[in-house]
Amino acid sequence: MKYLDEYRNPAIVKKMVDELHGITSRNWVLMEICGGQTHSIMKNGIDQLIPEKIELVHGPGCPVCVTPLEQIDKAIKLAGREDVIFTSFGDMLRVPGSEKDLFMVKSEGGDVRIVYSPLDAVNLARENPDKKVVFFAVGFETTAPNNAMAVWQAHRLGLDNFSVLVSHVLVPPAMEALLSSPQNKVQGYLAAGHVCTIMGWEQYLPIAEKYRVPIVVTGFEPMDIIEGILMAVRQLEEGRHEVENQYARVVKREGNRPAQELVNRVFEVGARKWRGMGEIGQSGLVLRPEFAAYDAEKVFELADIEVNEPEACISGLVMQGLKKPYECSAFGKSCTPQTPLGAPMVSSEGACAAYFSYRGFKKTEA
Amino acid sequence: MCLAIPGKLIEIFEESGLKMGRFDFAGAFNKACLEYVPEIELGQYAIVHAGFAINIIDEEEARKTYAVWDEMIQAAAEEGEDIFGMPLEEKKEDKEGYDK
Ligand code: SF4
Repeated sequence: MKYLDEYRNPAIVKKMVDELHGITSRNWVLMEICGGQTHSIMKNGIDQLIPEKIELVHGPGCPVCVTPLEQIDKAIKLAGREDVIFTSFGDMLRVPGSEKDLFMVKSEGGDVRIVYSPLDAVNLARENPDKKVVFFAVGFETTAPNNAMAVWQAHRLGLDNFSVLVSHVLVPPAMEALLSSPQNKVQGYLAAGHVCTIMGWEQYLPIAEKYRVPIVVTGFEPMDIIEGILMAVRQLEEGRHEVENQYARVVKREGNRPAQELVNRVFEVGARKWRGMGEIGQSGLVLRPEFAAYDAEKVFELADIEVNEPEACISGLVMQGLKKPYECSAFGKSCTPQTPLGAPMVSSEGACAAYFSYRGFKKTEA
Repeated sequence: MCLAIPGKLIEIFEESGLKMGRFDFAGAFNKACLEYVPEIELGQYAIVHAGFAINIIDEEEARKTYAVWDEMIQAAAEEGEDIFGMPLEEKKEDKEGYDK
């Protein structure tokens, strides 16, 4: 079995893989939501250890990848302003906008700074009262509490020169959108461990029930992922559709309550555009009206910017699990990690970059 | 971006009214906000994501996770970043601020 001795506990992995081969009686399609898991699957050859009958498709769980072009263009517009210090997590800087990326804005003299925590951006606002500090608040449920705290802190400190450009998305509505699409082929989910660390896993119960799909909260170690796959396939083979928690050593049923509370105080659920998937109702977070003063889109009047993604990039289909990266005509040709056309090639968590790094130009079966 | 790594809490302090801590990530040090794990005590391990401790975990779990973490450090370094998503070149000048 290729790759097996690279695992930290090959004996346990072999046992799980053997069971998987033993019980898999027909074709199943599973989706791992999280880009970190996609990365691990590719890197550790997990897709090649499991039975051929099990197809893993890669979900939309990479915040860098799902942030729509429109938001990137807004970020670029803000970052180019003389009165603005634009702050962001590092991985957003290389995401191509319609004409350039944030790195180019920086090299053209824009004040673009990478921060490690959104609280660093709040500190910058305090230290630079003559500038407007904007933080690019992207991410899933995992990052929302951090960004909520930044807004809350700016509010507490009475800062009037801090705002956030929000592009917050939520995982469960995206899972539902995929399941209710007529093209859907996903039969079971591996839910992302860290999203559940914050949110817990109760919110998946109605989805598992309504669409009759097993959902297994899964960790990030190669062994976690193999066990997550095994738990999901056991359910499918036995005709069950339950929410199970493979990552119980970290994820609690109720999640992190203090984090959820602050998120709810600062944000409310609203419609969000997803790259390649379009607008999904109730699929993201928007600032509550009380916090409108911290909304960069209102402070800087950006609402009129509306852009759609380029046709050549099929990232939307890739992120819905309908196409594999190598099925994109630009893959590895005009689109590489050095010259990304779409976001899934930019982020190391993106499916296109994962295929490019670990599988070269060939398809998985190669 | 959703990278979340385990660290050991070695110091608790306050910053602008927020409960903060300094963590040891197997030899790399950084601070993180503790407001979401108010009950954490010195010497305990927590999973830290983008400057916030999001969950307390036991030591054994932390050790297990270090294995994946090595992989993440490597992957990040290949992209010219440290594990906190900061560019490797810029790290030196920024060090003051982050190493407290
Ligand atoms: S290979 Fe590039 S162009 Fe094709 S879907 Fe992926 S990111 Fe888009």
